[in-house]
Amino acid sequence: MSAAAAGAAAVTVVVRRKRFANAGGPGGGRGGVVLERIEFAIGSGEFCVLLGPSGCGKTTLLNIVAGLDRDFEGAVRIPGAVAGRARAGCVFQTPRLLPWLTVADNLRLVLPPEADERAALALLEAMELGPVRDTYPNRLSGGMQRRVALARAFAIRPSLLLLDEPFVSLDGPTADRLRGLLVDLWRRERPSVLFVTHDLNEAILLADRILFLGGTPARLALDLAVDLPRPRQPGGVAEEALRRRLLAHYPDAPAERVA
Amino acid sequence: MAEADAIAAAPVERPLLARARRGAGARVASVVVFVLAWGLVAALAHSRVLPGPLAVAARLAEFARNGQIFVDTGITLARVAVSFVIAMLVGSAIGIVLGRRRGLDHFFDSWLVIALNVPALVTIILCYVWFGLSEVAAILAVAINKIPLVAVQLREGARAIDPDLMAMAEAFAVPRGRRFRRVFLPQLFPYLMAAARSGLALIWKIVLVVELLGRPDGVGFRLGEYFQYFDIAAVLAYTLVFVVLVLGIEMAIFRPLERRLSGWRQ
Repeated sequence: MSAAAAGAAAVTVVVRRKRFANAGGPGGGRGGVVLERIEFAIGSGEFCVLLGPSGCGKTTLLNIVAGLDRDFEGAVRIPGAVAGRARAGCVFQTPRLLPWLTVADNLRLVLPPEADERAALALLEAMELGPVRDTYPNRLSGGMQRRVALARAFAIRPSLLLLDEPFVSLDGPTADRLRGLLVDLWRRERPSVLFVTHDLNEAILLADRILFLGGTPARLALDLAVDLPRPRQPGGVAEEALRRRLLAHYPDAPAERVA
Repeated sequence: MAEADAIAAAPVERPLLARARRGAGARVASVVVFVLAWGLVAALAHSRVLPGPLAVAARLAEFARNGQIFVDTGITLARVAVSFVIAMLVGSAIGIVLGRRRGLDHFFDSWLVIALNVPALVTIILCYVWFGLSEVAAILAVAINKIPLVAVQLREGARAIDPDLMAMAEAFAVPRGRRFRRVFLPQLFPYLMAAARSGLALIWKIVLVVELLGRPDGVGFRLGEYFQYFDIAAVLAYTLVFVVLVLGIEMAIFRPLERRLSGWRQ
């Protein structure tokens, strides 16, 4: 475990093997095995990025951590998780908002009964979503919809946050703005984060720690602490140096675009 | 915040209204033309079996005065309502289960195909023979005719449920009841609406047949009676009332319901 994970583990993930019955599933590894011998723990309040090429099984691993996929060999332990309650705040590759509910109702949908509804609505205000709280999601731009999805994940005040390429297919400036917003919220609320991406630059911008997932079936190839100071700049000097160093040591590290 | 600009402006009201008004005008014109054409043909044919609009209107006024048409229509509407509710509830339940459970679907698919293809008349005869010429048999016969159609439509809807949205609800541990009402059911709404619309149209027709064959009252029974007297003006008067009623239900219940529940699409 890295230095940043000094606190107690918020999540312990052990996946000895994950296979898909129909070999056509993601990964398509031998015998349908997608993930093998993966073990890691995320420290309390740690921002952990899971990095790997597209289709290597990142989303599969995230679904296992979220409790959406229970068909695997291994165990996910989340101390303090309560049965019947969300294990984590989740943000998916697409916003997955309910189009027939207004922005505010989309948040209300996921609130546990004892949650403070006003706090959730105040969160909307803080995220500059106040003016659209009674608007239906399909009247919002893609960037705004992602923002609402992020608000929904934070609305349940999660101790664990799971994000699956939440800013993919957004234009650069919008994605940068949302990354900034995510980091601000994370610093305020301090949930433990598992953030999936295939973009090395994004990982360097966000992570306390990067887990490289690779191979077929996928395993953890590298577990790297990132101790660059925050706030970090896209294309900043230290960031760029780390990127070059990583690419030199680890040429398979996926880096689609050059900052 | 640049993204705020992307909020769509409220739809411009005026052209929509103008179009609606023009549409209403066309509707009225079409009804007027239809009635005129009917009157013309009736006048030319000059036959007892094709009364003109005025003769039918006179008959209608007579029925309204003695109140008989209200009683008959009320009884028939009650039968329509009860069998409609039963058919929608049972058909939806079957459709949803079959759409969500592939194994059950494989097993029951051929049953459904058979049920869809049994003629309404056969169901009615069998119900009357097995359960007697009773109210229960009549309602049952109508419902059984409609249930497979509702089931097929809702099965389609249940198959089209978005697994991503269901996974989202599961990840956030949305309680079962709320998940059903706010995540699952709204996805079925277009299918429910289609089933309800076609259901009403079919059910009221079948109710008339059921009444003709085995009930001592209602519009269907009365139509049979006038058929024996060859009183076509009376037959048309009853038909007119019922068509107008069904149109009224569409306008007063289905349209507003649809507008309310699909407001988010606008």
